[in-house]
Amino acid sequence: MTAKKIELPYTRYLSPDGRLIGAMPDSADDFNLLTRLYRQMVLTRLFDQKAVALQRTGRIGTYAPTLGQEAIGVAIGFLMQPDDVLVPYYRDTAVQLVRGVRMEEILLYWGGDERGSDFAEPGVAEDFPICVPIATQALHACGVASAFKIRGEHRVVVTTCGDGATSKGDFLEALNVAGAWQLPVVFVVNNNQWAISVPRRIQCGAPTLAQKAVGAGFHGEQVDGNDMLAVYERMQVALERARQGKGPVLLECLSYRLGDHTTADDATRYRPAEEVKHAWQEEPIKRLQSFLASQGVWDEGREQALIAECQALVGQAVDNFEGAGLQSPESIVDHVYARWPKALAEQREEILERAIRHAGGSGHGQ
Amino acid sequence: MANDKVTLLQAINLALHRAMAEDERVVVLGEDVGVNGGVFRATQGLRDSFGFKRVIDTPLAETMIAGLAVGMAAQGLRPVLEIQFMGFIYATMEHLVSHASRLRNRTRGRLSCPLVLRSPMGAGIRAPEHHSESTEAMFAHVPGLRVVVPSSPARAYGLLLAAIDDPDPVIFLEPTRLYRMNPQPLSDDGRRLPLDSCFTLREGSDLTLISWGASVMETLKAADALAEQGISAEVIDVACIKPLDLDTLEASVRKTGRCVIVHEAPRTCGVGGEIAASLYERVFLDLQAPIQRVTAPDIPPPLYRLEQLYMPSVEDILHACDHVLNFA
Repeated sequence: MTAKKIELPYTRYLSPDGRLIGAMPDSADDFNLLTRLYRQMVLTRLFDQKAVALQRTGRIGTYAPTLGQEAIGVAIGFLMQPDDVLVPYYRDTAVQLVRGVRMEEILLYWGGDERGSDFAEPGVAEDFPICVPIATQALHACGVASAFKIRGEHRVVVTTCGDGATSKGDFLEALNVAGAWQLPVVFVVNNNQWAISVPRRIQCGAPTLAQKAVGAGFHGEQVDGNDMLAVYERMQVALERARQGKGPVLLECLSYRLGDHTTADDATRYRPAEEVKHAWQEEPIKRLQSFLASQGVWDEGREQALIAECQALVGQAVDNFEGAGLQSPESIVDHVYARWPKALAEQREEILERAIRHAGGSGHGQ
Repeated sequence: MANDKVTLLQAINLALHRAMAEDERVVVLGEDVGVNGGVFRATQGLRDSFGFKRVIDTPLAETMIAGLAVGMAAQGLRPVLEIQFMGFIYATMEHLVSHASRLRNRTRGRLSCPLVLRSPMGAGIRAPEHHSESTEAMFAHVPGLRVVVPSSPARAYGLLLAAIDDPDPVIFLEPTRLYRMNPQPLSDDGRRLPLDSCFTLREGSDLTLISWGASVMETLKAADALAEQGISAEVIDVACIKPLDLDTLEASVRKTGRCVIVHEAPRTCGVGGEIAASLYERVFLDLQAPIQRVTAPDIPPPLYRLEQLYMPSVEDILHACDHVLNFA
């Protein structure tokens, strides 16, 4: 007896060198939109490069680069409504920036300051901070979606994760409940082929990750995650479907993690240079740029102007981040509970005394 | 309904009805909590009163229940989740430790997690394996959580209402052994009891007996037995074991100079050790004898034929009191 073969759609519109393949999606001739998407991808990459540089020079801590994942995040960000909720993981700089998280907030977070998750923009007031423990965010997304459903709100939750996260029970339990309750959630799997050093082929025995949705009773599909036209279209359909109460969708975006897992990782230890070189031929920004250039709506002059404009924005964000100053010693205590319990008052005093002692430098012990 | 005698279980049920009626943000979720009213019937009647959208039978996955509650709470709901037995609670730990307890702090208060996790705890009901644990110390160790253990119908009622009101996550552990024991008069008036506070159940001057959960029952009986010998024992129900109301405990032990701590959980790294250490820091010179702990040994709860050996008995408590009272 053999299991019935599961066949899921796979969508790609642009070849790696930026040529249209076959039928054109509606979005492909909206050059205004495509140019805006392109600009945002470039901004994301320049910011990402700056964040890595800041880590290399000791100005922020460990950072998870989003290099090569720009099409996925930018498409999600453009398509979500402001009152939708994003429940992201740690490689989501691209989507967070579009949603309204400020660059200096992202730098604050990775720079060791909790204020980086206290988003100032009202449009992201309900978005979750990035999730570090793998796949746990998928369940939080289902909880948010349940709240929408209980209150009868037509809002959608988007949650993201990498390919490795699909191995975890939390991910599968999230798919299960989302299917059972037909929750308005779009699960986006950024299948960038590597979970730190473990390649996709030994992560899971199923030929696709999207088919995990089938076992939970809802729709899954694959898309070329480096093809902005394809990601944008499939994400739009998925969000619409969820918003109309037609249930969750799992969108597996096939991509490649061009950078290290984080700045603390060295991917040359475990993956061949040839593979990475090949992946650079398929990366999303160059692909869309080639397409736009072939359509006569992009050129070197526009590119240079865009880079200068983005670098000014990034530079301003770095200045804001570096000018933010330290939080007070009390801040490490005062947000743990809504009100610090009287029963723990002594501990708060101890921390404040410790701060004074530390500020005294070598004074202690004398 | 005023001042009818109710069990601890009925008190829980009354508090849940009250909370759901008062605040439409309160939702109850868990395995079998809806149509079946919970395996102990703690949620009986809620589904009929408040509907399936607010009283939710979940798929059978504890990790999922906890993760879902984090998302709901962050959205401003007040989820009250039930885990059927404490032996099944460990699957929720990652969501409690890494998310529920930290969401407020991580976001500087932008998001928060006002959930209540209810679970039966403890041995003594001849239950199957994995149904008799008392692992409250695991939760007490986690910053950002509150851990509450009621030991009477009135405290179950008032503390559960307070826990649901609380803006932060609360682990609410219900001693299974007390669920249907000793009905007591209770007025369903919605009155909250304070969290973060001990309850002095009996005043005394010769020694202080500190306990929580089901062991409070044996501790009170031990105090009765001591009274017959002319010894005046103060009995304190800790009730909220995180954060600990050390001021009340300190004042009592400073007064009596002698202290016995009774809990059903295993000894090593149990909450009794924390209480003893804190008391030594605060009242060392007022102590007339070393503090004694009466606890389960460091073993898994035995299957039920020998479970009485696991739980501190009145005799065990009296034995420890004897040692403390006659310390030379």
